[in-house]
Amino acid sequence: MTKRSTYEEVMERKSEIMKKSVGLDYSEFETKGIGFDYDKMMEETGYSLNEVKKVQASTGVGNTPLLELQNITKLARKLAPEGKGARIFLKDEASNPSGSYKARRAAVSVHNAKKLGYKGVIAATSGNYGAAVASQAAMLGLDCIIVQECYDSEGKGQPEIIEKARKCEAYGAEVLQLSVGPELFYQFLLLLEETGYFNASLYTPFGIAGIETLGYEIAEQMLARENKLPDVVIATNAGGGNLTGTARGLLKAGADDVKIYGASVNLKGLHMASDKQFNKKSFTTGHTGFGIPFATWPDRSDVPRSAARALRYMDRYVTVNQGEVFYTTEVLAQLEGMERGPAGNVSLAAAISIAQELDEDKIIVVQETEYTGAGKHIQPQLTFAKENGIDIKIGNPEEEVPGESIILPEHPSMIKARDLDLNKLRKSYVKNCIKNTGIKNPSKEDIEFLAVDTKTNTEFIEKVLGEI
Amino acid sequence: MTIGKKGDWVRIYRIILTPEERAPQVPEDTKKVSLEMWDKGFLLEDEANIGDEVEVETYIGRKVKGKLVEINPYYTHDYGKCITELLYIGRQTRELIKEETLND
Repeated sequence: MTKRSTYEEVMERKSEIMKKSVGLDYSEFETKGIGFDYDKMMEETGYSLNEVKKVQASTGVGNTPLLELQNITKLARKLAPEGKGARIFLKDEASNPSGSYKARRAAVSVHNAKKLGYKGVIAATSGNYGAAVASQAAMLGLDCIIVQECYDSEGKGQPEIIEKARKCEAYGAEVLQLSVGPELFYQFLLLLEETGYFNASLYTPFGIAGIETLGYEIAEQMLARENKLPDVVIATNAGGGNLTGTARGLLKAGADDVKIYGASVNLKGLHMASDKQFNKKSFTTGHTGFGIPFATWPDRSDVPRSAARALRYMDRYVTVNQGEVFYTTEVLAQLEGMERGPAGNVSLAAAISIAQELDEDKIIVVQETEYTGAGKHIQPQLTFAKENGIDIKIGNPEEEVPGESIILPEHPSMIKARDLDLNKLRKSYVKNCIKNTGIKNPSKEDIEFLAVDTKTNTEFIEKVLGEI
Repeated sequence: MTIGKKGDWVRIYRIILTPEERAPQVPEDTKKVSLEMWDKGFLLEDEANIGDEVEVETYIGRKVKGKLVEINPYYTHDYGKCITELLYIGRQTRELIKEETLND
């Protein structure tokens, strides 16, 4: 057997491995300085929205129902001041073949892998994306390997992640499960090198182009049904792709005035790479532990430049607490007759609160649901939380401490979307750009790039740069 | 079952990085432990005991080495225990919208 490469050696070969495994030369999109040509990169996918639609239709992906949640709307109105309580709609993405919107992302990536002649695909994911890639690979006849971060050092695994491993295997994928740590990326690179398979990263232009149809469908379905566009679309935000793709799709449908809100579960204080804290969290995605780092430095992913850039499209970013999402998941089942989530219901919890700020004639779309199953359900997740010493209480969610307690709101009026300071996140992103590129004096082009990439203007960026 | 035969579907375990080999950026508690891996495949040895170093062919045909930990592995995740704390939610919210309907 040849000598195994060390962590450092593999990291040095990173860009070379990436180039081979994505079939894209990212250096083509680089410009001098901080910025890069995002639009050119997105066009480079070679797939127009119509082509993406065709690709997805060929494997039964997309065209999911848009449902009005009449009883949850009633509930929000009951809690709201007179005349307030926007109508809440839900895009039932769980009806995609693999049970989540991730099928959209996977469809384009796996199609592209096949088109380019790759024999198989690999994805590093502990989430629904694994099942999505495995499902698409099964349909297109490609081999599939999913690499998961699954267990702590005592071999204890998150039930939600174990369920996703089962689902990937059901679709014929090999599932490589790892213990906690960012070196998952090391193992992932070694596998790409060994197999020569396609890197079905969540963050390539293909993956994000796949989500554009979701935003586009929302606009189309809403116009057909209500003869108007929604006022707000809320996306659960982790790596930023869901929000980015949906926003781009809405823009492509001409829905320029729709406000795009991001929502994440508040996991403040928990370190994502910590062995001891790994099983203290009751959400493995849709949380601030991904949402904030990825918003303030998107290029931290498994590709050189991420196509998922949440700050570029986000109008507002809110958090909700774990107990509020569990409560909402139960409400969705009990009032609307739909068992979904829980992680996908983060934006629904936020919608219950935000609806109460808006007039009754306004429309909010919660843009995804995900399948529910053994392990991936509020009961096993709360059982697991209890086994890991988390205190489950009914009370005021304001008092919830991530990693210590989960507080189910004693009344739905306590469900609150809490605003994150978007300007603070934008500043943090600009600072990270300066720190990570080492460019102390950004050019005019850099400033323009940063303005677009943060949905602000050059005055804002100049002011931030002055403060650094 | 503690003895596996050639062709049996098994689960294997391997250490990928020892604590000394781990990435510099990992937190202290994570740095104290190894990066571990679990995979599954068809046993290639004629016979092996639990704990033996073996080689398997994974479902997609990759050859992987590791310690044999399980024969005919299966999933045990379930719908958890009864979480009594959740029981009030359905009744509470149904009651709230019932009043709403009456007010209409």
